[in-house]
Amino acid sequence: MINVEIEQQLGSFHLDVKFAAEAPIVGLFGRSGSGKTSVINAIAGIATPQRGSIRINETVLFDAAQNIDVPPNERRVGYVFQDALLFPHMDVESNLLYGQRRHAPEDRFIDEARIVELLGLSALLHRKPRALSGGEKQRVAIGRALLAQPRLLLMDEPLASLDVPRKMEILAYVERLRDELRIPIVYVSHSVTEMARLADTVVVLADGKCVASGPVDHVMGRLDGNPAAPWQEAGSVLDTRVAAQNDEDQLTTLTFDGGEILVPRLDASVGERVRARISARDVSLALAMPTDISILNVLPAQVLAIDEANGPAVDLQLAVGGSMLVARITRRSMRQLGVRTGQKVFALVKAVAFDERSVGYV
Amino acid sequence: MLGLSADEIGILALSLRVALVSVIFSLPIAVLVAYGLARLSFPGKTLVDAIVHLPLVLPPVVVGFALLVLFGRRGPIGSLLDQWFGIVFAFRWTGAALASALMGFPLMVRAIRLSIEAIDRRLETAARTLGGSRLWVFVSITLPLALPGIITGTLLSFARGLGEFGATITFVSNIPGQTQTLPLAIYSFTQVPGGDAQAMRLSLVAVVLSIAALAASEWLTRRATESQRDDQR
Repeated sequence: MINVEIEQQLGSFHLDVKFAAEAPIVGLFGRSGSGKTSVINAIAGIATPQRGSIRINETVLFDAAQNIDVPPNERRVGYVFQDALLFPHMDVESNLLYGQRRHAPEDRFIDEARIVELLGLSALLHRKPRALSGGEKQRVAIGRALLAQPRLLLMDEPLASLDVPRKMEILAYVERLRDELRIPIVYVSHSVTEMARLADTVVVLADGKCVASGPVDHVMGRLDGNPAAPWQEAGSVLDTRVAAQNDEDQLTTLTFDGGEILVPRLDASVGERVRARISARDVSLALAMPTDISILNVLPAQVLAIDEANGPAVDLQLAVGGSMLVARITRRSMRQLGVRTGQKVFALVKAVAFDERSVGYV
Repeated sequence: MLGLSADEIGILALSLRVALVSVIFSLPIAVLVAYGLARLSFPGKTLVDAIVHLPLVLPPVVVGFALLVLFGRRGPIGSLLDQWFGIVFAFRWTGAALASALMGFPLMVRAIRLSIEAIDRRLETAARTLGGSRLWVFVSITLPLALPGIITGTLLSFARGLGEFGATITFVSNIPGQTQTLPLAIYSFTQVPGGDAQAMRLSLVAVVLSIAALAASEWLTRRATESQRDDQR
């Protein structure tokens, strides 16, 4: 359980954030400048808020009222920075062991061999950081933070400086950490995709304030819940299970409480939980069940709410079974179709609109 | 050795000893002052910075005179050091080392400060989050990364010490075998008839020493920098 309740004045920027979250991965989401990094800097102890408190489970890391401010080296909070920040004068192994050596052997619960195996670092151990690619550096940085035996891991946009294939690679490693090490993670990002794929609980920040928080599918599916999301990134998240694999067409059938969807083939076994993110732009509407159409996913839905804030486009919140879907269509389409709140419609989603970036394993 | 007479070797040895002792004792202080100027903010920082740089801009004679007044046997600091520790600077080779240290100090601090300022502070922050105390982070991250500047500063100060003249002659005079370092000996030879040849020989020794110090600095700095460059392959 992470309890953060802090206030900090940074120049003209006022940070006033309050949240409590308990989840394997807590997502801290917001545009750049919304205060995400300030919050995790305060948790790590490298910035000091003026007021408030920070607790992890029963441990008080910071409490302004009681004058408690545990120094960063005694907090046991791991920090993975956006640009790795490996020590350039040490080889990979010395980097990895830097934090571990600060802890007595009896306090260690993660050992080097495990981390090297988990993050695939064995071939890199004797290289200098300058001889590593961006993705390799980031893996070493994650390993280094974990070997410092943290009770909480903070990750500040760890994928921001990487290209797409590297992003995928690191995302997969983060999922392994979550499943195998059971260290809670606070994951900072402005990417809806990363949030949807990794986070269980999302805290949305805007202008230094917490504007929404809750389970990822609720927060990301709500129309008003994510003012921090860039306009194009509105979308929703479905919690699904793999129902079948279709080898001939290279497709995978996912089932959820609103029906079934087909996506490009996933490397997953039947019954596995999968989280699929659907961008609002990829959802079209039809009033009747369409025929002679290439779109594979046609889901019966009901319009719950209409958000007309966005100029030429409108966002419709749709109920599909017990799940939520957001569709973005033009104002003109809405007028021509005569869409109203409460109306029964069909939501159309192209199967190819899903890619590996939008589908994550739970 | 290289055709130098026993006297000349004595002069050379004294010069090297003076310069070496001066950098050995000033280096730790210079590192702390450089770190303070680069990383900390405190009231009077500008003043400290100015004082550190003073020997660079003052006439060396003035520095020597100030040393004489403060560290002379009757001076406020000199008399206490003599009483408490039996340390005497006036008219001793130790005084020559003190004068060298002071004159080389700004060069040393400058080089180290620049290289500390060039270190990405977030590396130190990262080390703190990994469990390193302030002191340990300084020893394990800041010092090794500042090594190129520490080497440059040390050798610059060493070379400056070998060439120190004005402050030395004012503070500890020109006593053969005690305070007569290379530049002082060269000066003495130019003051006596027929001393030109010996002055020339010693001048050549000074040139060789200075070039060797600069070359060593260059080579060591390059090695230290190379082992920690952080660019992509």
